[in-house]
Amino acid sequence: MSKVSVTKDAGPPESAPSGLVVLDNVNKHFGALHVLQDIDLTIARGEVVVVIGPSGSGKSTLCRTINRLEPIDSGYIAIDGKPLPAEGRELAELRADVGMVFQAFNLFAHKTVLENVTLGQLKVRKTEKQEAIANARKLLDRVGVANQADKYPAQLSGGQQQRVAIARALAMDPKVMLFDEPTSALDPEMINEVLEVMQQLARDGMTMVVVTHEMGFARSAANRVVFMADGRIAEEATPDQFFSNPRSDRAKDFLSKILHH
Amino acid sequence: MFDFLDQYDLWDAFWVTIKLTIYSGIGSLIWGTVLAAMRVSPVPVMRAFGTTYINTVRNTPLTVIMVATSLGLFQTMQIELGGGDSSETGFRLAVLALIAYHACFVCESLRSGINTVPVGQAEAARALGLSFFQVLTLIVLPQAFRSVVAPLANVLIALTKNTTVAAAIGVTEAAALMSTMVENESDVILLVFAVFAFGFICLTLPVGLLLGWVSKRVAVKR
Ligand SMILES: Nc1ncnc2c1ncn2[C@@H]1O[C@H](COP(=O)(O)OP(=O)(O)O)[C@@H](O)[C@H]1O
Ligand SMILES: [Mg+2]
Repeated sequence: MSKVSVTKDAGPPESAPSGLVVLDNVNKHFGALHVLQDIDLTIARGEVVVVIGPSGSGKSTLCRTINRLEPIDSGYIAIDGKPLPAEGRELAELRADVGMVFQAFNLFAHKTVLENVTLGQLKVRKTEKQEAIANARKLLDRVGVANQADKYPAQLSGGQQQRVAIARALAMDPKVMLFDEPTSALDPEMINEVLEVMQQLARDGMTMVVVTHEMGFARSAANRVVFMADGRIAEEATPDQFFSNPRSDRAKDFLSKILHH
Repeated sequence: MFDFLDQYDLWDAFWVTIKLTIYSGIGSLIWGTVLAAMRVSPVPVMRAFGTTYINTVRNTPLTVIMVATSLGLFQTMQIELGGGDSSETGFRLAVLALIAYHACFVCESLRSGINTVPVGQAEAARALGLSFFQVLTLIVLPQAFRSVVAPLANVLIALTKNTTVAAAIGVTEAAALMSTMVENESDVILLVFAVFAFGFICLTLPVGLLLGWVSKRVAVKR
């Protein structure tokens, strides 16, 4: 491991900020690489936070620490007032409350669309089968793929697969949804169908953390933009402030690069 | 030409071979799956056990395992596996040895199958709140099995032929009968070999063809 000594600090911060998702002084290393450095971030209920930043700045890792797909070295993370438990039964329960949507969709290839959306309800929430199916159909309808329910993921377009993945996460009735570059693997003509679903979700009051470079989405749906660089939060601002008037040089530099595309 | 066969119960002998294959095949599949689960488990002790077991057993000749099972378990420790008479005990010990050995190959095939399942799917399953055991049994293994039907068929074919090693501890399966016939029918010795080779081909060829077909049917589309 790295030579950097980290103090194990599992306790909550002195003046515990109230928020649905709270990260306090979070640090994480991959070997010698200090990938998350003193991250403080509080996300209120119903808030939509867009995380933006250059590749390799730690955005995915940040997302993945929130449901402990990546354990952290030090610091404190809580969801709805409950600190993240260690691996085991309790952690699984907490993960069920945190929906996650991946860049690569990650649908279960051997299960139909409907089965993808009912699996978590049946095996984690122990919902009645009929109820789970009804719920799944409602969600598939909401994301606009109700007519694909009996197909397998490989038979769907990327945009459809990602919308199924969103329905799969929503089926757990999560408190917060994490999106890690949900449109980056999509062909351009399919990006909007996914963003529209996410926009609707934001309007419905879902708490969301969205890693994306889609400025249109950030401007129309986000309450706040968090700009990450080199494992740190370099700037936080409203979307308007951030895109029209970035304060840090890193953000100016980054924006000039993505705006010229 | 085949008159000499009349005084031997060829079918009885091959029936023992078939039973050895079926019991050991099922046992190897189960024990091999458990070993594979151990090898990918997050618990270090289990991983260590799985690795040590595979490396030891896979690299030991089957004959040694077979004889060690017979001498060690039965003659030294008097473990009969509920066999009662000695021929039934021998049969059960042979099945045990065949399972212990072939489970290694089932495990290693399965492990390569597990590697074909994108890690993202296991992560998505964990993110839903599924436990390690659920992720393994609901998401990873079903896809792993579908991708290794053909290699598993090869293990089954090898197993069918390896049942002949049971003759070493006195199980009266096909190879044991062949030894007897080779001694008694030395004038038609090539014919004896041909009969047994044909017998084994009758067992293994259909298995290979059937599972080859199944393999294509169940492949997961990505
Ligand atoms: N599992 C891992 N092991 C080692 N290094 C990793 C791992 N995951 C990510 N990294 C490294 O951590 C840094 C941040 O990665 P990531 O969070 O994926 O960045 P982003 O999503 O902002 O592009 C990168 O330098 C990446 O190479
Ligand atoms: Mg990333």
